[in-house]
Amino acid sequence: MSVLVYISTPNGHISKSAIEAVYYGSQIGEVTALANGNVSKDDLANLGKYGAKNVLLHASETEDPSQLSKMIQKAATSASADTIILSYDLIGKAIAPRVSAGMKAGYVPGATTLPDANGLIKTNVFSGKAKGLVKVNTPKRIIGLTPNSIPLVEGNDVATVTDFSEEIGNSSITIKEIKKQEGDILLTEADLVVSAGRGLKGPENWGMVEDLAKTLGAATACSRPVADIGWRPHHEHVGQTGIAIRPNLYIAAGISGAIQHLAGVNQSKTIVVINTDPEAPFFKAADYGVIGDAFEVLPALNEAIKNFKANN
Amino acid sequence: MKILVCISKSPDTTSKIAFTDNNTRFDESGVQYIVNPYDEWYALVRAIELKEKHGGEVTTITVGTAADDSIIRKALAIGADNAVRVNQEAKDAYSVAFQIAEYAKANNFDIIFTGKETINFNGAQIGGMVSELLDLPFVALATSLEVEGTTATATREIVGGEEILEVNLPIVISASKGMAEQRIPNMRGIMAARTKPLQVVEPVACEDLVTYESFELPAAKSACKYVDPSNMKELVELLHNEAKVI
Repeated sequence: MSVLVYISTPNGHISKSAIEAVYYGSQIGEVTALANGNVSKDDLANLGKYGAKNVLLHASETEDPSQLSKMIQKAATSASADTIILSYDLIGKAIAPRVSAGMKAGYVPGATTLPDANGLIKTNVFSGKAKGLVKVNTPKRIIGLTPNSIPLVEGNDVATVTDFSEEIGNSSITIKEIKKQEGDILLTEADLVVSAGRGLKGPENWGMVEDLAKTLGAATACSRPVADIGWRPHHEHVGQTGIAIRPNLYIAAGISGAIQHLAGVNQSKTIVVINTDPEAPFFKAADYGVIGDAFEVLPALNEAIKNFKANN
Repeated sequence: MKILVCISKSPDTTSKIAFTDNNTRFDESGVQYIVNPYDEWYALVRAIELKEKHGGEVTTITVGTAADDSIIRKALAIGADNAVRVNQEAKDAYSVAFQIAEYAKANNFDIIFTGKETINFNGAQIGGMVSELLDLPFVALATSLEVEGTTATATREIVGGEEILEVNLPIVISASKGMAEQRIPNMRGIMAARTKPLQVVEPVACEDLVTYESFELPAAKSACKYVDPSNMKELVELLHNEAKVI
């Protein structure tokens, strides 16, 4: 079975979710990866470690879903791929439905497992509150892989990188300006996240959240009320209407855990909840709970982690 | 300006999620359906704001059965001018997108809006599929949209920030948080909605590309383990030795 995996390379960087898509694809069949734009060929050859056999590199830097859909369809034809995999991230979500409609191939968005013996794939539904088991009814299929769903295993192979220069048409979209978010660690890519809510009483108290995040090497996040009143930027808002994340560790301080907040974080592997209110609903979704004042617990946890890191 | 807004129903965000018929169907008992929040708060409201500014008409389209008429009336109460319902149960995203594209083809819209995703299937598919079927530019996950003449300026979320782009109409655009503020329909809107046109059209033949065979709820989470606030060393050890996340 031949598999095509589209690798998005924002800022020339191969994201962890793209690497996961390659590895996931290698568990299904022989992987040809497709990348475009300004990205190092050495980095692409390195995808061999995660199971890519060949990598096609298209020179166009386009992010236009219309052009990328054409590029992927042509690459799929050239690699005789019957399974096409994209990461279910901001980029994949924009392109995969176009590829599906263009090829008339069934699309499984938000997949969290490999196809089982009957080809059924599990996917997140109801904002992570349930899973659906999806059957694809067409000979070709498109899979949108939820980031951080499968553990990576590294091998020693090197992929062959070849140039791919098929015609992809013109773009009618002109990018005028790009605004970068602040902070070093992207929330959607972070393995560890420290998050806080109204319990912190004001934006001036976020220092202890940032300190803990820095010690851990974590990204920072917040609840919706905190983003809505402007204490924190909107891109940090996780929840039903914000972004959904699934880090290995989610530490929430001063967040009660409304159902809408849980929808954005309930896929996290381990959840730590810090709250003064023992009745806070978030404790029901937590693995570890600390009933206490975030103003005391966060600095104490920061110290404990520093000690741990110093001794390990 | 002619704007089409794709409207879907979804269970209220506080609904209990359960399944029946051997876990093959969502259990609708006691569930209140609402207009999918992304379709309503962001796509529909922005469409109405653009119409108020530039003139024109806002049409909503829903692929669904007569059971969906109440949420369609809600969209009309908020301010859409008229509504179309394609008389088919919405199951497969491609067949929904196909019906919408067929209707749009015959009606020359300047902007086709969808919400970012539904909150029940979270597929984020309809906008992209409609754009491919109509060969139109697709602006995914947009947080703002302004129109000047035939040029649209949109902001959209990208990895690590946002970008501002320009594109000529017609376009398909999916609306994310920030596009507009929720509007509560007033009594006049609700009264007017009763008499606004809701056209029911029959679907065009199209097969389902995927089938949701069954559903499952996550395994119940084991009880929360409490750690004393004065013993953060213990929490760190649990995270390291038991959860193995640090």
